[in-house]
Formats: sequence, structure tokens, C-alpha cells
Amino acid sequence: MAIVFQKTKGLTEKQTHYCPGCTHGIIHRLVAESLEELGLLDKAIGVAPVGCSVFAYDYFSCDMQEASHGRAPACATGIKRVHPDSAVFTYQGDGDLASIGAAEIVHAAMRGEKFTTIFVNNAIYGMTGGQMAPTTLIGQKATTAPLGRDENHAGMPLRVSEMLATIPKAVFVERVSVHDVPNIMKAKKAIKKAFEIQMKGLGFGIVEVLSTCSTNWGKTPVEALKWLKENMIPYYPIQNFRNPEEVK
Amino acid sequence: MTHQIIMAGFGGQGVMSMGKILVEAGLKEGKNVSWLPSYGPEMRGGTANCSVIISEEPVGAPTVTEATAAIVMNRPSLDKFEKDVIPGGDLLINSSLIDKKATRDDINVYYVPANEIANDMGSGKIANMVMLGAYLKITGAAKEDTIMEYIAEVFSGKKASVVPLNKEALKRGADCIK
Amino acid sequence: MAKELWKGNEAIAEAAIKAGCKYFFGYPITPQNEIPEYMALKLPQEGGCFLQAESEVAAINMVYGAAGAGARVMTSSSSPGISLKQEGISYIAGAELPCVIVNIVRGGPGLGSIQPAQSDYFQATKGGGHGDYRMIVLAPASVQEAVDLVQEAFDIADQYRNPVMVMGDGMIGQMMEPVEFVEIPKRQLPEKDWATTGLRGRKEHNVINSLYIEASQCDKHNEDLFAKYAKMEETEIRCEEYNLEGAEIVFAAYGTVARIVKNAIKSLEKEGIKAGLIRPITLWPFPKANFLKAADMPNVKAFLSVEMSMGQMVEDVELSVKGKKPVYFYGKAGGAIPTPKAIVEEAKKILGGAK
Repeated sequence: MAIVFQKTKGLTEKQTHYCPGCTHGIIHRLVAESLEELGLLDKAIGVAPVGCSVFAYDYFSCDMQEASHGRAPACATGIKRVHPDSAVFTYQGDGDLASIGAAEIVHAAMRGEKFTTIFVNNAIYGMTGGQMAPTTLIGQKATTAPLGRDENHAGMPLRVSEMLATIPKAVFVERVSVHDVPNIMKAKKAIKKAFEIQMKGLGFGIVEVLSTCSTNWGKTPVEALKWLKENMIPYYPIQNFRNPEEVK
Repeated sequence: MTHQIIMAGFGGQGVMSMGKILVEAGLKEGKNVSWLPSYGPEMRGGTANCSVIISEEPVGAPTVTEATAAIVMNRPSLDKFEKDVIPGGDLLINSSLIDKKATRDDINVYYVPANEIANDMGSGKIANMVMLGAYLKITGAAKEDTIMEYIAEVFSGKKASVVPLNKEALKRGADCIK
Repeated sequence: MAKELWKGNEAIAEAAIKAGCKYFFGYPITPQNEIPEYMALKLPQEGGCFLQAESEVAAINMVYGAAGAGARVMTSSSSPGISLKQEGISYIAGAELPCVIVNIVRGGPGLGSIQPAQSDYFQATKGGGHGDYRMIVLAPASVQEAVDLVQEAFDIADQYRNPVMVMGDGMIGQMMEPVEFVEIPKRQLPEKDWATTGLRGRKEHNVINSLYIEASQCDKHNEDLFAKYAKMEETEIRCEEYNLEGAEIVFAAYGTVARIVKNAIKSLEKEGIKAGLIRPITLWPFPKANFLKAADMPNVKAFLSVEMSMGQMVEDVELSVKGKKPVYFYGKAGGAIPTPKAIVEEAKKILGGAK
């Protein structure tokens, strides 16, 4: 019988710990497929964050390092400087990247570190149990914002891609979403492009992926996808903010 | 003999380099040496000092609390370090900038008008070498020839023209000591 | 090679390069700035990489990444900066990565002062970061010893897959002394087959990690680490014993303070009092046996720990002596330096009371 589909070699056989309906699985697959299709699995080194995707080092089949909370970009800087010909990526959530690791991502972008960041934004802390993130929307409830985020108390949600797009050496910045199939296809394209740009040595690249957390949002997986589309996209528009052509 | 020297003055008076030149010469003569600077914000405009040790024996503490000699280039340094000279030790005072006399009578005090001599030679910056010349004449902690050997190494090529000036400064300083 | 005068910080940096250090990540802080400055100039010439990080925290995590990638890597800082690095050091110890961390200690607590101090003994030897871990801490007393120990530190780190700290006070960093760069004896070092280099044909992926989510696994990880630490305690302890024979009082001092104590010992001798010194060169593992042995000597009446702190190493001296002889403390803190005269007075006071 002819093989019509195979799981990417970029992922291990390990069963993931993610909640049913979580979009991390999709995003893992997009990253792994991109590495495989670009022939980079043999020289890829990934950095896992602290947060829901902390075990990513067990799921990706390439070499992996587990960084401390928020420091994946610093860790990736060390790796890439030692192995400049490698395909280095960080895989980080919004608590990890936009809160405790805000300095590291800004400065990695400022230096134009030649690695790729996959930034999974689901507007909440997942692993620790639904606390407010810098990306939590106004009015969105979280365990540390029980009445919903109040802008006068906790400020406005941070738009990371827009902020990083102001940095000259962040040559590729794109926000994508995985709430439906056409958007998943677009997300894959952006991730692949980010790795291509890294291998060309053009500078720092980041793909922000809007994602769901049905468990901590208190919704079914299907409701969560709908909520993402209706609530997150209006505040976090899906678009390309920077690409190397534009830089030229 | 162990020479334990405190050299002190304003930042910019060449106090640190006076110490460095002396330890480089000491090392050339096969002696044990150490050079410990004061460091921090006071280095920029305030007082600067360094502790220098030249000894036949291995150097113990690099700090100098019982100085065999102190070379003070400005008034605050005299006030601060006069007490640290051991009885019978030497205190060299830059009398061009310090109008005060030493208060102790159990030490040997030398007044050297270092800035006047340096200005007379056409280079105010060389006052430190005048003081060093005086110090070497008193203590013999290093030979003048060795100092000049080191100076010639540092100032080679285009800068070689300052070598005779340094030599003259050492001599003029030494001449102040009778 | 003839002896040359080197400033401590620059000599430390040069020694690291001679030991094959190719990567340096750091952040400016007084009094260690000459180390990153020297590295910034020299490492690129050696085909290596110097990078000024955005913070102490980022710097130690860059070290983590580079060490995990298999490189010889170093960072340096001073006390407040080391406090910031402690989390990263715990991760490096947990993930069993080799690296060298230089700490040129200044006075504390808080912003403290920038003058020489030894008040980081606790945070260096007692695992300043979280969790059970140990790190070899080397304490040079001269620029020459700093040069020798820095070179060896890289080998020790590689041999045990463990961070090694070289801890000097501000004096070690700032003073100039004659130095001869002598090649240190090479150790048999294991291959870094665990490093994340990219698979490059390898079948199993390498993972650098300190997370063991199952309690039983994390417990075993700790047991394994402590078996390694036991080996370090067996083989890596170093200390200098000075003038112990017939000594009535034995000083405990490390780093530059040990040199000040030696001056005091000479002064005491002139007054007919015999005094000795035990100078730990490894602050961890601590030379407990040397102290216990001295405590059993009938001539020894008391121990006096002299430190540029309010009393930190003295606790290890007390533990080592096991109550056999009284242990006293004298120290100056915040950048003040004990004088030989004050140490002599303190020793005489103790002996007067101990007789």
C-alpha cells in the first residue's frame, strides 16, 4: 500500500503531556516539519522554555537544551555563537518571553542574533494554572485577575511583534494563528521562512503564533478556537511586520 | 631590605605610573615586587595612591600599613599618610604644591619642589620622575640605570625623544637630596 | 619565559585564553572590568567570541548555552553580579555543565563598596543558588597563583562536568605582580559526547536539562550528583600549611588575607610567640582534615580565623575542629583590610586568655 502520510522525523515517539485540544501539538509539528523539509534536522539545536512547553526537549528529535525561565534567547545566543552553522531556535510561551524574559528577547533581537524564535501567545500562564500574562486581554479573567484584567491596574496587553518590529536587526517578524486550517498553512510558511532567513545569516527572526488554552480559558477546544478568532485577532492582528526585502 | 612605599597625589600627577616604573625596575633587578593601586571613583580627579613593595624576600601582604617611605604629591596625601611612615622612615613632600611642614620628628623629611623643577624643564607632567629621582637617591631601592632601561623600552621609536627628559628629571630630583 | 608584571584581572583573562577558553560572556562591574575588556580585545584574535550581555542574568545563561554546546567558556563578575548569576549557576550545576566563573569580590551587602572583601564565602561555597549542589571554589593568594588556578579550573570543570569558581578579592584583581605563564599538567579529560552540537549523523539526540519531574528521578539525580561531589572531596582538596610545628595559635585565612597573616606571624615570632597558618586554596571542598589534625596537636591552643568579612569561613573552621580547641574570629568588612598589627594584637589577646 502506498504511504500517503508520515509523521515528521523532527518529532520523537514520545507521547506529549499537552491537554486535549491544546495547539502546542500543531505548532510543534509545524516547526519539526519545517526543519525536516529544509534538511536542517541534522544541525538543529532547539531551546525549550519554562512553561507548558517545558518538555519540548523530549518531543523534538534534534539536539535540545532546556533553559531557565525567560532565558532561552540568552541560551540560544551561547549555542549559536559556538555553532554558527547550526539551525538554532527557541520555543517560548508568553509568560516566558513577554514577561520574565522580556529583556533577553529584546537584546537578542537588538544584536541580530541569527536564531529563530517561535513565540506561542495564548494570553495566559498555562503550566502554573491560568495566571495573568502580559498578553492577557483587557477584561479577560485569570486566576490572578479574578475580575478580569483591568488596564488601570495591570496596564495594556503587550504587543510583542509590533515592539520587536521597531528593532533594526529583527529582520523577520510575523504574527500567525493556528485557529483554522488556512491559518495553520500560513503559519507553517512563516516558520519555514524564518528558518531560511536564519540559514542565510540575515539576522534575528520571530514568528508569533496565536494559540489557545482551553483548560485555563475554561472553554471547550472548539469554543477556544472561536474565542481566539473573535477576541485575540482584533488586538493581535495577523500580519507580517518585517521581512528582509523590506529591510533592504 | 624590604622597601614598602606609599605614593599618593591627585589623579593625573603620575602617581600610579611612578609606582609602576619602580616595580618594573625592581623586577629587572631580580627582586620580589608588588604594586597595589587604590581604585574606584577617587581615581578620576580625587586622590590616587598605590602601595609598592620591593624586597629581597617573597612579598607578604601587598598592602602597606607600615611604610618605609611615603611620597606625597599633594596636601591631602600628606595629611592622610604621614602617620603611616615607620619611625626612621622617609617622607618625601612635593613642596611645590604643599606649603605645610611635616609634623613628626621621628622620620626623615625631604622637601622636593618637584613641580617647579619640572616646569623649569618645560614639562609639568614630569614632576613624578623628579620625586622618583629623589626617592632613589635616598633609598637606592632600584638603580637609576635600571629605571632608564625600562623607560627606554616603553618610549621607543617616535616617543624616544622623551627619554633624555626623564633621565634629566631623575637627576634633578636626586640633586635635591644632599 | 621570564617573569612579567601583570595586573591580576588581565593575567586571569590571559590565563583563561591560554587554557583554551574561546567564549566569554559578561557584564561590566567594578573591580573586575579589566577581565571583559581584555577578552573583548584578545578573544577575537584567538578565533573566539566575546559578547557583552544585557545583564548578569543573560551572561550566565549564555554561558549555559555555550557550555551545553561543548565550548570552553568563562564569565566573570563581582559580588552583586554573582548574586544575580546564582540561579544560572544552579542550572549549570544541575545540568552538569563545565564552565569557569571568576568572582572578584567586593564589599557588601547591597551595593556595598567596590573595595576588596571576602564576604562572598557563603554564596560561593554554600550553593548561593537554589537546590543541593556544590561547586569547586579556588581562592588564589597571588596573581601567579590566580594564573595557575584559572588554567587548571577549566580542566577541573571538564573532568567533573561541573562549574568551578575562582574567587579572588579586589586586591587580586587590581594589583600587579610578577607572573610566569607555565603550562599546567594536563588531566585526562572525558570526551564531550553529551554536547548539543546538532545531531550531525548521531542517532540519539542530546538533551541538556536539569528538570526531573518525577520526585524519585530527581532524588536519584541528587544522589548521583553527590557521588560526584564525594569524588571531588576525595581528590581536589588543596591547602597550604605554614609554620604549624610548635605553633601555639593557628590562623585560618585564605586569599590575600593569608599574606597579611604571614606578616603578622613574623611579627609574633619576633615577640617569641609561635604561630602557624592553614590557608585553604579550595574553599570547597574545605580542607577539614588539615584543621582536625592541627586541633589534635598538643602545642596548638587556639584557632583564629581572619577574614575580610564579618565571619563566614570561621563556621567551616569550627565544624572541622569539632570543638577540640577554641576557634576565634577577627575580621574587617565592607572593603576595609585587616592590618598585621591588629592581627598580632588579636592573637596576643587570645593567647593571654587561653594560657
